[in-house]
Amino acid sequence: ESVAHFDRAVLLFQAWLNEKFSPELLENKSELVECVMEQLMHMEENLQRVRKGDLKASVHRMEIDRIRFVLSSYLRSRLQKIEKFFPHVLEKEKSRADGDPSFLSPEEFAFAKEYLANTEVYLKAVALRHMPPNLQSIDMLKAVPEPCLDSFVFLRVKERQENILVEPETDEQREYVVDLEEGSQHLMRYRTIAPLVASGAVQLI
Amino acid sequence: MFCEKAVELIRELHRMSDGQLPAFNEDSIRQVLEEMKALYEQNQSDVSEAKTEGKSELIPTIKFRHCCLLRNQRCITAYLYDRLLRIRALRWEYGSVLPTTIRFHMCAEELEWFNQYKKSLATYMRSLGGEEGLDITQDMKPPKSLYIEVRCLKDHGEFEIDDGTVILLKKNSQHFLPRWKCEQLIRQGVLEHVIS
Repeated sequence: ESVAHFDRAVLLFQAWLNEKFSPELLENKSELVECVMEQLMHMEENLQRVRKGDLKASVHRMEIDRIRFVLSSYLRSRLQKIEKFFPHVLEKEKSRADGDPSFLSPEEFAFAKEYLANTEVYLKAVALRHMPPNLQSIDMLKAVPEPCLDSFVFLRVKERQENILVEPETDEQREYVVDLEEGSQHLMRYRTIAPLVASGAVQLI
Repeated sequence: MFCEKAVELIRELHRMSDGQLPAFNEDSIRQVLEEMKALYEQNQSDVSEAKTEGKSELIPTIKFRHCCLLRNQRCITAYLYDRLLRIRALRWEYGSVLPTTIRFHMCAEELEWFNQYKKSLATYMRSLGGEEGLDITQDMKPPKSLYIEVRCLKDHGEFEIDDGTVILLKKNSQHFLPRWKCEQLIRQGVLEHVIS
């Protein structure tokens, strides 16, 4: 059981870093979150049974606090992006095909919808309804900026990739291909390697 | 010149770059809304005049007023939305009860938005599993040490720590205690983390 625990903590750690450094909201990992929550509960229970004053208790306590911090930080990262890009996040979820993976957990989806409704109700009540008839609505998709997918990110390659197409930076340059060797580290535009983050082939650092 | 009041609203927020929330500027908003009403009515009458009497020379003025209307709308919504972002940050910094000084700076609709946001966030956090969910507004910093130095802010009586020792929490006394034991009391304002 402790091996499974270790794997989950590692997966959580990786998901946390990816979400932290990615400019856009990544695929939701509800199952992982659920497993880690369960794991934390078991660890808390075990801790109650350990003899008081035992040094092991302190170490277990530290471990619980660390995992809880990473989990909270991961979920905070996601919530912040959901709030920041709320119309786009909701639009993406709406236009997703049935078989495609969801970017929002059902609870995050509910939260995002409430955030949109709350904000629209507020703007209407405090200003929009007092404006001329043709100006009483705002297109949220246009008003709220989208995530900048061209921002640069640091990454480490987990699985070798061949022929990654890199767009030119200046007019004089031309597009070119690179091979990404396993274990190598790079600084690239997020847009170029976005699918590789989703597939787990690279890790954002 | 048109839109000056609206731009003033933006400047007011821009000056407070540390995220502080100034008082809700009801006066300025009202003035901008009145300007919008006047511009719209002038346009209404010019548009019908242009149509019925074919006065196409009115069209540039009509377009100009329309641009001013759009700019006013944009400035007001930017002002209001930026305030919402600052108010949102308050939930994460102060918790679900805002200090009265800050509440005085918010209009009724902003308070309502804050209440709805709090509720939404609470529902989400409760849904995270386990019995009570996970309060992700805690654990904002990575845990650094097992023990921390704390100062007692009010008399709290006896306090037992894991190894059986009993500490007397008297006002102004300082102790070196396990961090996880203190978190609850720090949040309640009984203890204060002393960072030297």
